[in-house]
Amino acid sequence: MDAAKRYFRSPAAVLGLILLLIVVGMAISAGYLYPRDPLALAGRPLIWPFANPRFLLGTDNSGRDIAAQIFHGARISLLIGGVATLIAVTIGIMVGALAGYYGGWIDNILMRITEAFQTLPNFVLLLVLVAVFGSTLTTVTIAVGIVSWPAPARLTRAEFLSLRSREFVQAGRTLGMRDTQLILREILPNALPPVIVYAGVVMAVAILLESALAFLRLSDANVASWGNLIGLGRDVLRVQWYVSAIPGVAILTTVLAVSLVGQGLNDALNPRLKQR
Amino acid sequence: MRILSLAGRRLAASIPTLFLILIGVFLLLQLAPGDTVDAMMAQMGGGDAATARELRRFYGLDVSVPVQLANYLWRLVRLDLGFSAIYGKPVAAVILERLPPTLLLMTSALSFAFFFGLLFGVIAARSVNRWPDTLISTVGLIFYATPSFWFGLMAIVVFSIYLQWLPAGGFEDIGAVSTGVWRVLDIASHLVLPSLTLGLIFLAIYLRIMRASMLEVLNLDFVRTARAKGLDETRIVTRHVLRNALLPMVTLIGLQAGTMLGGSVVVETVFSLPGLGRLAYESVVQRDLNTLLGIVFVSALLVILVNFVTDLLYARLDPRITAES
Repeated sequence: MDAAKRYFRSPAAVLGLILLLIVVGMAISAGYLYPRDPLALAGRPLIWPFANPRFLLGTDNSGRDIAAQIFHGARISLLIGGVATLIAVTIGIMVGALAGYYGGWIDNILMRITEAFQTLPNFVLLLVLVAVFGSTLTTVTIAVGIVSWPAPARLTRAEFLSLRSREFVQAGRTLGMRDTQLILREILPNALPPVIVYAGVVMAVAILLESALAFLRLSDANVASWGNLIGLGRDVLRVQWYVSAIPGVAILTTVLAVSLVGQGLNDALNPRLKQR
Repeated sequence: MRILSLAGRRLAASIPTLFLILIGVFLLLQLAPGDTVDAMMAQMGGGDAATARELRRFYGLDVSVPVQLANYLWRLVRLDLGFSAIYGKPVAAVILERLPPTLLLMTSALSFAFFFGLLFGVIAARSVNRWPDTLISTVGLIFYATPSFWFGLMAIVVFSIYLQWLPAGGFEDIGAVSTGVWRVLDIASHLVLPSLTLGLIFLAIYLRIMRASMLEVLNLDFVRTARAKGLDETRIVTRHVLRNALLPMVTLIGLQAGTMLGGSVVVETVFSLPGLGRLAYESVVQRDLNTLLGIVFVSALLVILVNFVTDLLYARLDPRITAES
């Protein structure tokens, strides 16, 4: 409860939560407000925003409703961001826990692999993965998850390293608990909070990565994604710049919301760090 | 000398990492649908099975995967990256051609981000919790959340289309054949918007780190001593605090080198710069897997080199590092 109170005392964190709720609200209401396929033709192409009350945010190059694509795009961004983060954090926790708990050669091998992933620019690896496995919604989500795990892995490893020789773990060991029990029931719950807070950063980066991929037309073209729309708008940038501008604001808002909430949680859960 | 050997040891330690990356990506690319020969046949407009077999034998694709891998690594040791079927020349030549714009872009983006990150970080730390700090931190947060390709497009709309101050894309003006200083100025004007676009997110990161590290150093004892000696604030900041506060910034350059290289893929595509990033994108679209693997190698190498330079810089800033080892 203390943490909740601290969270709501920070205006930035509250603003982030409000923005995030708006984006989530858009994702949920997309089906009710715009029940038709957002990628279906709706009207004349390139109507400016607010020019026609039927298309509040105007239409794109081929006459599709921009507002509908923005609302449905919220679903895609949150879905890809959320699932990719889940994948990255899960792999990261597994690798980090094993490396930090066992140390020795296991740690050595796992950290070498982590280092390899960190040396290769993650967007380049993302391109390789998309080149190999194609660009459907599923493969793109998994690919984004795969390139984002090293940071959570390092964080988990550091937590495990500092926790594994604490008294409560030694007590557990004396009681005859097995390694899996010690890792899952004793150390992991204590190592988890900073990793979960860091998931906010992972999610923000994941959303940016997917939108960049979509902008390059290497993501799934059959779903309404903000990045896709920015890429389309590039063809008419000279005059109808709003086609690219509007989805960009949506991405910015979402990433800002996710990072603000993550930062707010961090400050609320680790109050000692904030006293600067 | 000691610095060099220390950094050299770190450099040597990264060679296995490099091989790990290459082996991993090589095996990964075996799973890709279609090989170089398929791409070539598609470009030639089809051909019979005999030609395909002949071509596969010519490019060494008819042997088993482990043998291919061994061949590849052996050629790599001799700096032979293979042949690009799409561009019709050695991959090394293709990459070398595309490297200068990317290096220029990265250097200028990094300098921009580092300089202004430092400046605004110091200003924010000096006025902590007052309005300049709030303003700078807020703008930093917004920059951090801005997708670079979108910022690039909007910058083109404002500066190239409406104001017509700067070119919208390309590396230099093809129409005007200029030499010497004029050519340099021409290229520089083409690089302003891409550098701003690529540097934006790093500016946000640097200013945040710089602010935090300034606040930390400002509270240390030696700063109090300097104040007690009667030094004025400017002198304390420039001579005493800055050098110590810079250390985390330098670490970050090494850590972010890969991210910056990845970001240049998108930025070079937005501004149609003929660089390494754009080459990576093109080779994915054209399924030129040999070139893609070559780019993986060169970009990993680049990241390792940047880290090597960072190590040297770090030891130069903080003599304790070499003394401890």
